[in-house]
Amino acid sequence: MSTEIVSKKIYFVIWASLMVLLFVTWGVAQFDLGLFNSLAALTIAIIKMLLVILYFMHVRYSSRLTWVFAGAGFLWLMIMITLTLSDYTTRGFVRPYNRVLSNWQDKNWNHLPGDKPMEPRPLP
Amino acid sequence: MPETKRALAEHFETLEQQHQAAWLGMWTFLATEIMFFSGLFMGYIIYRHTYFQSFEIASRHTNIIYGTVNTAILLTSSLTMALGVHAAQEGRNKAVVRYILITILFAAAFMVVKGAEYYEHFKNHEIPGQAFHPIPQAPQAVIFFYLYFAMTGLHAVHVMVGIGVLSVMAWLAARQRFDRVYNTPVELAGLYWHFVDIVWIFLYPLIYLIDRHT
Repeated sequence: MSTEIVSKKIYFVIWASLMVLLFVTWGVAQFDLGLFNSLAALTIAIIKMLLVILYFMHVRYSSRLTWVFAGAGFLWLMIMITLTLSDYTTRGFVRPYNRVLSNWQDKNWNHLPGDKPMEPRPLP
Repeated sequence: MPETKRALAEHFETLEQQHQAAWLGMWTFLATEIMFFSGLFMGYIIYRHTYFQSFEIASRHTNIIYGTVNTAILLTSSLTMALGVHAAQEGRNKAVVRYILITILFAAAFMVVKGAEYYEHFKNHEIPGQAFHPIPQAPQAVIFFYLYFAMTGLHAVHVMVGIGVLSVMAWLAARQRFDRVYNTPVELAGLYWHFVDIVWIFLYPLIYLIDRHT
């Protein structure tokens, strides 16, 4: 058959690494590292995902065409996340030229949780 | 080789080609599954970004013990599934049945833990709806719980579908339907099961590990 039969030992090694990574991600979450908490949790999740995809799902031993098909879904996922976040994270960056609208934003937008009050900038 | 003749469908030239087509089809399906889940993940990211503090406080109301145990259960079930596929590739039907039944057992254990967890949320009035008890410091906690139930619920549906697919595979293997040449159904069921595992790998940090250090 075309699929290479992988030795059983590899599966046990991958499983052991996954369990170690689970323990590490649980352990890291117990400490306050600020923004690094989310970064560490997601990095470990991505490593675990790659281990599962490459070894349990045999992508490492599959044809290049399978690599393309497996990657396509994630590529479009990344495009969606990048474009959406580039909108949501930059909404407070631009102040409207219109003084009335700008004052309205200062009054109302800052009440939304998560929005820090902006320093008023001089308008031209 | 009579085995080859039986396994090869007439519209394929070689077994190699047939096998490749089946794998690409399965990966295409999994790509649509990624997009199916990604809408919920995107919603989670946006609301997490917008209501950062509420999500931190609300996530402390989830039970990390249930979450961690369930992650360990699913990762181990992925191992037994991989061993089942391995046995199928070697044509050992008995071993396939054994490994798949163990995998189904793990899946059932996952569902039991999940049920206990949902019951705890039910008792604590953390299910969005009329009986939801708002958390004073976290006015948007209800959004977290909407997403929590939608994401884990959709994942649980996938686990149940997985149990169904694996049961069929166990039944076919018990009837000696697989051999060294023909074992693609078990391989594809394995791909599906590992995908369900991957979704949980991401749900675990997003739901349980947001803010544990206090």
